[in-house]
Amino acid sequence: MARPFMLGAVAYDPKVVTIWEGFKPWFEAAGLPFDYMLFSNYEEQVRAQLAGVIDVAWHSPLAWLQTVRAAKKRGRTARAVAMRDTDQDLTSVVLVREGGPSSVAELKGKRIGVGAADSPQATLIPLLHLAEAGLEPGRDFEVVRHDVLLGKHGDHIGGEREAAKALLVGRLDAACIIDGNHLGFARDGTLPRAGVRVLAQTAKYDHCNFTVLDGVDSSRFEQLLLSMKYDDAKVRPLLDLEGLKEWRPGRTSGYALLERALDRFEGFEVA
Amino acid sequence: MSTSASADLGGLSLGGGGHLLLRRALTKVEPGERVTVTNGNETLHVDLPAWCRAEGHVLRGNEVEKGTANRWAGAERAGTASTPSADAPPTWGLAARGARVEAGGPHFSYPLHERHEVWSDDAARLYAQAAAAQWDPAKAIPWSETPKLEAEVEDAVVQVMTYLVENETAALQVPAAFVARLHPHFREVMQLLAVQAADEARHIEVFTRRALLVRSEPGLSTAGGQASLKTLLDEPDFALASCLLSVLGEGSFLSLLQFLRENAPDAVTREVTKLAAQDEARHVAFGLSHLQRHASHDASLRGRLASAVEQRHRALAHTAGLNAEVFDALVLLAAGSWEPAAIAAGFRRVQALERDMHEGRAMRLERLGFPRAEAERLASLHTRNFM
Repeated sequence: MARPFMLGAVAYDPKVVTIWEGFKPWFEAAGLPFDYMLFSNYEEQVRAQLAGVIDVAWHSPLAWLQTVRAAKKRGRTARAVAMRDTDQDLTSVVLVREGGPSSVAELKGKRIGVGAADSPQATLIPLLHLAEAGLEPGRDFEVVRHDVLLGKHGDHIGGEREAAKALLVGRLDAACIIDGNHLGFARDGTLPRAGVRVLAQTAKYDHCNFTVLDGVDSSRFEQLLLSMKYDDAKVRPLLDLEGLKEWRPGRTSGYALLERALDRFEGFEVA
Repeated sequence: MSTSASADLGGLSLGGGGHLLLRRALTKVEPGERVTVTNGNETLHVDLPAWCRAEGHVLRGNEVEKGTANRWAGAERAGTASTPSADAPPTWGLAARGARVEAGGPHFSYPLHERHEVWSDDAARLYAQAAAAQWDPAKAIPWSETPKLEAEVEDAVVQVMTYLVENETAALQVPAAFVARLHPHFREVMQLLAVQAADEARHIEVFTRRALLVRSEPGLSTAGGQASLKTLLDEPDFALASCLLSVLGEGSFLSLLQFLRENAPDAVTREVTKLAAQDEARHVAFGLSHLQRHASHDASLRGRLASAVEQRHRALAHTAGLNAEVFDALVLLAAGSWEPAAIAAGFRRVQALERDMHEGRAMRLERLGFPRAEAERLASLHTRNFM
């Protein structure tokens, strides 16, 4: 019997099991033999895909670029075949306390909180934004990392929440979080109505995608993914868990900021 | 598509309540139509794109184009609020009767989901009556009037109370077990069974308290008595369990509690048995009314009820039935003393009680549609343990 179409995902939360255990019978009922493997970190998932252990990887934006670069070294190519509607056009923000710095330049010499060291949204992209505005991390300001679950590329929002709380109590002068968490932290009370404000906002970027390497036929998987409808009660709970209303065809136009960040801040290559 | 509505956020942030105003405006337009957002707070430029993304809407400038994702596609009402449906599907789950239930929810496993198995048109009235008749054990009983009985008469009261406690424990556990198996769509029945269990909780409390009012320990619990009660707990069928417990068992207990009230040697015993009897009368009424309704929908029910009575009789044939200690205690309690003439009178009263119980069972079985002779026969097969 041929191997089922094998997906790799990183287990950043127990719900990841629920999600893929839910999708597995759905794909199979639609005629695609499907299975999944879970990894504890994206770097191992990148290596597993390069080794042909998995056919498609549900990759963070950083893992996508790690794959693109590692594949290139091997003379191969990677494609982003699909992504969530919620993966497109994100921004991150730099928060300060009310009465704190009133411009990016005033962050010089300050303590700035970021998320996990490998978080594109809460660390790499905001630090790039500040660097391109003339403030070099580590030299012009102190970077305070909130390393929750390293290797998971910031998928867990714990690091951002820690940074926001540290800003509120005065342990930080600024904190970097994704726009959706600005809304979420206001709603759940982490960020009080008054007391913090948005000092800077990055340009738009894209987040996760399903990555496939050359030589792998993922057409049926893509077709089925794009056919999922939020109105369908069978898949809606899974889409809710995964945080989307619809899957969209993959695009690679939203990774330019992270590319520049990787060029600037070294140490994220997967050999 | 053109703008067809607007949402004035009144300076609120989307994370601080503004989303209600925006969502309200969006409910008034169709998917693809737009709502213009005005008067947001200073973080709207951060929050609005994030909100639209999460909600599945498209942001075009300061206009929100309503998305097509619809959580309520395929939703259905859990019947109608006023009238229970003939069959309640597992997907309605815990929803209020008549509520609109989102599709894709969990499937609940409620074995009792058909109206004809559980419903009584009396349920709402009996529940309301029960809720209004809840008495406070601390205040309703004259606990300060400590009985001063002959030592052996006190022992007899303690033995009867001990027996009542274990019977009422079974009478609590049987409806409690069915509450969890009953589809909540039949709300009134669920409420009635719950309050029935709560009634028994109070009975257990007051009978225990009377048993320990003078003595420090309760009396005897027999193997035969427990075997009889266990057959009630082991009966998985709601109709059969209701017939055995409520119609026959609690029906017999109505006579017993009436007997205890009339023959009580002290005020506390009189009051606890009087109040318990009022509650038990409701339990019997519900048992009768839902079984009458069930029998009118299902011609095979009476045959199954008769088999259940016979089967329980066979299962208990090897047991001692009512323990001698309880029987003798009832005689002594009714006698009030060891005078032979009093004992003789007490004995006659207990015999009359047994005839009264039998007659009550036969009469209730007739009300369930059994012919007189069959009702008499089944009534005589009822457990000698009364409950």
